[in-house]
Amino acid sequence: MVAIYILLVLMIIGAFIALEVKDLLSAVVAVGIVGLALSLLCLILKAPDVAITQFIVEIIALIILIRATLKMDLPLSISNHRVFTGLAALLFAAAVLFVAVFGGAFGNLPAFGAPEMRVAQTYLGDGATKTGAINVVAGILLDYRAYDTLGEATVLFTAVIGVLAVVRRVGRKEADATPGRDNE
Amino acid sequence: MSKEHEKGMSLIVKKVTCLTVGLILLYGIYIVLHGHVSPGGGFAGGVIIALSFIHLMLAFGKEAAMKRLSESKASLFEGLGAVSFLAIALLGFTGGYFFKNVAAKGDPGALFSAGIIPLCNIAICLKVGAGLFGVFVALVLLKFDTEKK
Amino acid sequence: MSSIGAQMPYVLTLFLFCLGVYGMLVKRNVIKIIIGMVIAEYAVNLFFVLAAFKFGGRSPIFSTTDKELLAANMVDPLPHALVLTAIVIGLATTALFVAIAMRLYEKYGTFDIAEIRELRG
Repeated sequence: MVAIYILLVLMIIGAFIALEVKDLLSAVVAVGIVGLALSLLCLILKAPDVAITQFIVEIIALIILIRATLKMDLPLSISNHRVFTGLAALLFAAAVLFVAVFGGAFGNLPAFGAPEMRVAQTYLGDGATKTGAINVVAGILLDYRAYDTLGEATVLFTAVIGVLAVVRRVGRKEADATPGRDNE
Repeated sequence: MSKEHEKGMSLIVKKVTCLTVGLILLYGIYIVLHGHVSPGGGFAGGVIIALSFIHLMLAFGKEAAMKRLSESKASLFEGLGAVSFLAIALLGFTGGYFFKNVAAKGDPGALFSAGIIPLCNIAICLKVGAGLFGVFVALVLLKFDTEKK
Repeated sequence: MSSIGAQMPYVLTLFLFCLGVYGMLVKRNVIKIIIGMVIAEYAVNLFFVLAAFKFGGRSPIFSTTDKELLAANMVDPLPHALVLTAIVIGLATTALFVAIAMRLYEKYGTFDIAEIRELRG
């Protein structure tokens, strides 16, 4: 229980550093710290599938983010305070925290550490015999809730097509490109 | 950026990569195939396989990795993974409804058990791995006019 | 129902989410906006995994050697399945956002969205 609080505080400090530091490469490294602490926290919370996937996905996200920041001829990020959106963000945070803490939202959740598990009792009860998989999470992902996995595969496919479409140069021939003109 | 990517990195990195990249690929295949027995599954395994190819590209330069998995082959694998996932789902119609688990379920804990779940894991692994490698190639090899100074 | 002291992990997770939203709204650099989105996504995934935890529970994998240790004490496996889907989708959106950011840099020469807005027209 103490480890959960220590890792949560580490994540908050890491997130704060990532948002406030001026050098972009340090900010990306701080996001890596947040993701690593999240993966350790998932391991402590007895979720090994989630921990493995989060760790691996965070490594790829770091590589892609470093590619975006490393070789650009950038000045350091400018310190900025746009007053109106700062006030809006502060108001949002205050309203959300007030409603959650005092308005009874967190009071109505089941207590931390005692989930209700009404649907999960059915999955755990005859999951191993009906699906044949002893990893119950894999059985849920690919047998009980296979439509969600089909939807996720579609979203991933669409995102890959989107990236290739954004990155590809359209309509620029080598022979008759006049310098400075942008054919789209 | 493109010139450095054609050369690769220093000698120490190349020697260490020779030793580790095969092990990373093998580890990814292990996690995919044992997805129904131990934690992991298709998504984590696919991303690990993509990471092994990315490791090869970062250490040796663009040509060494593209020789093994060119862009057209990556998009072929991704389409193959998506279509085979759908085909396995449509096979469920022979048993009753869409996505029904029709293959034989062995005894739990063996490697050949749990019906269509290992086949679905392999299809997802192909799709995710090839897709993420394609995304990385597109983002890294994008040549900028401002960078080519 | 239950006091706030017992729900403290949820409050800290909500604070992390508010930090991510602050990053998305206030910052001017596109990379900081992407970092804010990534932090908010981590906070939501963390909330699901926290909601599934049970004190003294085991991870949701049956054991082949110890057959009596059945589903007695496992943590909730359903949010784990939802979070696995969400993590991979988050990676896809981050990659798309970074590709758009690199295109913006190529076209305008800067990552600062205030300057990009002035350059238009």
